[in-house]
Amino acid sequence: MLIILITSLATYISRFLGAFTSEVIDENTKIYRWFNYLAYSTLAALISRMIIFPAGTLAESNYLSRFIVVLAAIIIFKITKKNLVYPTLFSAIIMFLLSSTNI
Amino acid sequence: MINSKYFLKGILCAKEFDSPAIALGLSFLAIGALLKNLGFTIQESIFSTFLTYALPGSLVMAESILIGVSLLNLFFAVWLVNARLYPMTVSLMPLLKHESQPKWKFYISCHFVAVSSWLILQNNYKEIEQKYRVDFWIGIGTATWLIAIFSTIIGYYSADFLNREMLIGLAIINPIYFTCTMIGVMKSVQLNISIILGAILGPIFYFVSPDWCVLIGGFIAGSIAFLFGEKNVS
Repeated sequence: MLIILITSLATYISRFLGAFTSEVIDENTKIYRWFNYLAYSTLAALISRMIIFPAGTLAESNYLSRFIVVLAAIIIFKITKKNLVYPTLFSAIIMFLLSSTNI
Repeated sequence: MINSKYFLKGILCAKEFDSPAIALGLSFLAIGALLKNLGFTIQESIFSTFLTYALPGSLVMAESILIGVSLLNLFFAVWLVNARLYPMTVSLMPLLKHESQPKWKFYISCHFVAVSSWLILQNNYKEIEQKYRVDFWIGIGTATWLIAIFSTIIGYYSADFLNREMLIGLAIINPIYFTCTMIGVMKSVQLNISIILGAILGPIFYFVSPDWCVLIGGFIAGSIAFLFGEKNVS
């Protein structure tokens, strides 16, 4: 239980500090624009790290299978006119099949 | 208090066909199964998602338990991996601000800041009157938070029926969903720079510091995109 509380506190700190700092930041300021780009770039960095250097269960899959799944998902996303559900669901199915066949 | 009309509107946003809530639910399904395999009770698993509500943080917690790190190390590892929530919150709160709204709403609802809820708000906030955006946001946050909690419960109880390959299949959903979402929002040169450069620099800095790579890569990429935008504007 203590582990959960420590994890929660460590997570809430960033959210709380963000809410606190934002009190003095207006939507039309330069600093807001900067933080907006930082938010997108940090997310992009996190996602690519999750795919290239995964942790947890995904670390049991290999680079090639993850590369194939990402590529397939992007193609499906483009074909389906940027629908998010199809690439998401198909990525899970493709990953399952690739993992089952040890690719 | 909270305007129920906008609160409900926020809740209903999560049920859209291509809502991030689907990826969120499937990802927390995997977390529920993982927590059961680590020996968590159902109550602990629910509390973990209830209080933390951040996927990478939960993964770090699970890894730390497996490795057996100290509580101080766990705190810093989770803080680092979730530090991305800081710029996300800073970029989100000004969209919700209104002089008539009490501060407690912002300090409590910041708990809902996560990639999925953040993306839902970014896609919908312009349709909502400024005064009620925070109520709309609380609705979005409540919906995604409850989805995460219920998915953890389902994942926990279905852990015995999910094999290794199924869990790997579930684990890829979150990064794939967010990859596609990022591609979808690339509509300006500055956003393109921040996303593409962030995706490149994050893994590159992994070789320098696995703990700090996301923040360093994101900071450099976002700053370059900002400077590029400012130079072009001026």
